[in-house]
Amino acid sequence: MSENTITRAQLSEAVYQEVGLSRNESADLLEAVLGEISTALARGEAVKISSFGSFAVRSKGQRVGRNPKTGEEVPILPRRVLVFRPSQLLKKRINDGTVAKAAKG
Amino acid sequence: MTKSELIARLAEKNPHLYQRDVERIVTTIFDEIAGALARGDRVELRGFGAFSVKGRDARQGRNPRTGAQVAVQSKVVPFFKTGKQLRERLNADDGE
Repeated sequence: MSENTITRAQLSEAVYQEVGLSRNESADLLEAVLGEISTALARGEAVKISSFGSFAVRSKGQRVGRNPKTGEEVPILPRRVLVFRPSQLLKKRINDGTVAKAAKG
Repeated sequence: MTKSELIARLAEKNPHLYQRDVERIVTTIFDEIAGALARGDRVELRGFGAFSVKGRDARQGRNPRTGAQVAVQSKVVPFFKTGKQLRERLNADDGE
């Protein structure tokens, strides 16, 4: 397997190639997409992207943790965490390692 | 929020774009991420999070209904790690 890291640059380039906006605007729109998703999640709202997966916010109660270096017990405060659940389609696509064109949409 | 609601919100804030284009933008982004993962690549979006794939070994599973043993093949699963900034935003409003 390769092991390249894709960043905003490649994603906005893909938007540029696909939609025909300027490079600047493509980058702005990518940012807007991530921004809208983040804002919804920060409100505690789940975000469901069909054929990709869903992001949900979960509340965790307080628990006792341990500093792995010193072994000292420290309380871990209640917090909200984000969980991503991939769709069946995404899982399948990744295991096939090929573009599942037939199942698009 | 669903994908179509996301598209509607973006279209509302970008009245100069056709809804059809907004739809293609959103679809392209997630399609690119999925494609990268299918190649075994990592997708790192600073402040938001990182998508990667993790391997799972083959194991003996059980059909939960019948209890029959079944062989589960090794596979790769997508994984998302929340970015620092987003993680902080999730916990910002409740006084820690």
